[in-house]
Amino acid sequence: MTDRIEQRINSLNKRLNSEKRFRIYCIGAMSFALAWVLILFLNIFSSGYSAFYRTVIQVDVPFLNLIEDTTQFSEMSSEDINNLSMYSFSKKAIYGLFPDIEEKKDKKMLIRLFSIEFEQEIREFLKSNKSNIDETETIYLTASDDVDQVNKGNYPRDLDEDKRRIKDIQLLFFDDLVDRGLVSYEFNLPFLMRGDSREPELAGVGGSIVGSLFTILVVLILSFPIGIFAAIYLEEFAPKNRVTDFIEININNLAAVPSIVFGLLGLGIILNTFGLPRSTPLVGGIVLSLMTLPTIIIATRASLRAVPPSIREGALAVGATKMQAVMHHVVPVAMPGALTGTIIGLAQALGETAPLLLIGMVAFVVDVPQTPLDASASLPVQVYLWSESAERGYVEKTSATIMMLLGFLILMNLAAVLIRRKFETKW
Amino acid sequence: MGFILISLIILIGIASYFLGNLRAKNLRTSNQKNLKSLSHYYGYYVALWAVVPALLILLMITSFKSFFIEQYVLSDFIALGSYTETELSLLFTQIENTALGIKLFDENTILINGAVNKLNYINKTSENLTYVTVLGLSGLLVLYSLFNINNKLNSRKIVEKFLLVLYFTCSLVAIMTTVGIIFSLLYETLRFFSQVPITDFLFGLNWSPQRVFVREAGDLDTRDLANAFGAVPLFAGTFLIALIAMCVSVPVGLLTAIYMSEYASPKVRDWAKPIIEILAGIPTVVYGFFAALTVAPLVRDIGQGAGLTVSSESALAAGFVMGIMIIPFISSLSDDVIKSVPQSLREGSYAMGATKRETIVKVLLPAALPGIVGSFLLAVSRAIGETMIVVMAAGLNAKLTANPLDAATTITTQIVVILIGDQEFDSPKTQSAFALGLTLFVVTLALNFIALQVVKKYTERYD
Repeated sequence: MTDRIEQRINSLNKRLNSEKRFRIYCIGAMSFALAWVLILFLNIFSSGYSAFYRTVIQVDVPFLNLIEDTTQFSEMSSEDINNLSMYSFSKKAIYGLFPDIEEKKDKKMLIRLFSIEFEQEIREFLKSNKSNIDETETIYLTASDDVDQVNKGNYPRDLDEDKRRIKDIQLLFFDDLVDRGLVSYEFNLPFLMRGDSREPELAGVGGSIVGSLFTILVVLILSFPIGIFAAIYLEEFAPKNRVTDFIEININNLAAVPSIVFGLLGLGIILNTFGLPRSTPLVGGIVLSLMTLPTIIIATRASLRAVPPSIREGALAVGATKMQAVMHHVVPVAMPGALTGTIIGLAQALGETAPLLLIGMVAFVVDVPQTPLDASASLPVQVYLWSESAERGYVEKTSATIMMLLGFLILMNLAAVLIRRKFETKW
Repeated sequence: MGFILISLIILIGIASYFLGNLRAKNLRTSNQKNLKSLSHYYGYYVALWAVVPALLILLMITSFKSFFIEQYVLSDFIALGSYTETELSLLFTQIENTALGIKLFDENTILINGAVNKLNYINKTSENLTYVTVLGLSGLLVLYSLFNINNKLNSRKIVEKFLLVLYFTCSLVAIMTTVGIIFSLLYETLRFFSQVPITDFLFGLNWSPQRVFVREAGDLDTRDLANAFGAVPLFAGTFLIALIAMCVSVPVGLLTAIYMSEYASPKVRDWAKPIIEILAGIPTVVYGFFAALTVAPLVRDIGQGAGLTVSSESALAAGFVMGIMIIPFISSLSDDVIKSVPQSLREGSYAMGATKRETIVKVLLPAALPGIVGSFLLAVSRAIGETMIVVMAAGLNAKLTANPLDAATTITTQIVVILIGDQEFDSPKTQSAFALGLTLFVVTLALNFIALQVVKKYTERYD
């Protein structure tokens, strides 16, 4: 008797224990998934935030050496200043940081602490302040990528010298400059404004942001009307027949086609058959709109379906035609749902990379594109491009680009949620 | 030019809407004519006549213009008869550049100069001609339709018919996309298979298309071709990486779904579900970067610590990160399926004294199995079609291996590797990418079809 009871208690305990274990597994699985969200964001953020500021080195530039009287600058046009030969003058200004250096090799090393556009930067300073240039002006010059990374602590200084891109003597210069308080940080505005560059310290995401904006604009212009019209037809007007069924199956299948196949479509048909220009946001936008159409159509149909029949019937009862009932009464009510679907589709398109690689939007583009017909990159493609580069400086730039991309995506999704909350009617 | 012209057409459209509206109102009041539709429908009617034919003509002109211009400019060269088609198109680009002021030619100057002049002339004339044709057509049709307004014309019917046709056309875009995909893939694939036997492609063990690339396209050795395009290593690599991804995402996704639907309080559910779904919204290029920069070195270090040789582009790292990406697909689909199991099954099981785990494992999961399997299949098709993670984190060289610590390459990776940057068309290398694309398309479509079938069967059981 007691044996049996004990057996029962044992088996019950076993079952309860396995219940507990199972629960722990479930919680473990969920925490695992949640943890990766956190790890991903922390990882990107921690390596990316430092790209938003940059190292600058203070240099005293003796403009008197360039010209006898600095007030003369105010009479010069921008073109005159462009024509001034300033290279050796700019170099001398930098040598002024360490007047004792004699050897040519060391001088070269000193120059290499700065970005290769130091001359251009001095010229720009001159252009924008030409009316009140003093005999000697203090200018903040962009440091080279290596110096920038060392200053931010991203670069191991204790490597062997021949494994380092930055040499011992440069570190010596740099430490001295730090001691003299000439090295400082500045908000990295050029990073947000400029196009791509082979020099990490000069590379910016401006070009790819504009490229992404153009692409998304094309997607919006194409896929919003087409998607909504198609949804209206399929949901409100389509007769139940084979053609309609075929269209429906097609849309559902397209939603599941891998994005790279759309890239092949763009390459084979849009570029090679129709001959539209390669690498442009226009073609990227067309390909991505074909990709996002199913998303928009499916979301719009769902929100049309959610409109109660009484609205349609009410309109029809007072003499509206079918088209009037749909366009004046049903569609306006379903619009928030359609907009939400469109924004989510656009967010998808914004993050898409693979099809863009195939239609050539991986070109190295220095200029910020002016129209959707200029060659350009987009934000995700920029991530891909920079992640392939070896220079250390691109790592933080890539992470920063991802941060901006995620920022845009979060904004778009928030907008979608807000629209849904604010306008969606519950029946 | 296009932008200005289109804006002009739209302006004409807006103006003609008001004209039509006004004319209908005037007819109504002055002549006591009994028009069949409301006045603004006559406005729409006139506006449609103003805009639609003009835009269609413009589209036709822009799509055929370049062909005719090329024919006209090159007419002298064509008459010579000594140029092939590719040479002619090359010549045309050179002439275009010369017209832009880039000097390229030393000889043939008379012919070239003639052609350049012709090009400049025709460019100017064709632009003027386009303006005149399009705007003239638009204006004429506005006049025509304005005078067409009378009491027999039912403009509402016409406008509604037009809208219906427009909507129908828009819904055809989906079909046209599918047709476009199939056509572009099939066309190149068939040309590829005319050079490389399909059996070599499907069963060959060696994938090295770059070997073909270095030779002249003219004297390809057929033996060489056969050896270069064996796709089995790619299929194996794709399968290996997808398998690793599923090993990560299936247990995690399924257990998460079970926790969400059966254990979690509504509060936990409300914040945990959207957070996990963030994983589905992150662009794949971000995962690729994460895999290549963080996970792959980590895997290598751990492996080396355990005394294993790990490639820096191991299939394990790519597959693992892909698995994380797929978790939300499995968890939210399975969650829906488990939740839709009728409550009576749960309560029946509890009434018999079963614990929650027993109810889940022995009652709910079997009942929800078809839907869960469907979600797995959808996830597999995602994993196979995923591109950026493998392009950035998996290997580029095709090697037949089953070792997850080794580098493996996938179908999608090879498509990107072949087609990125400048490609020469008509080479079997480029065409092989389309053959791979077709394979991918067919496989993912089949997987989706099976998944939908499986899910459908399930829903039939409980309705």
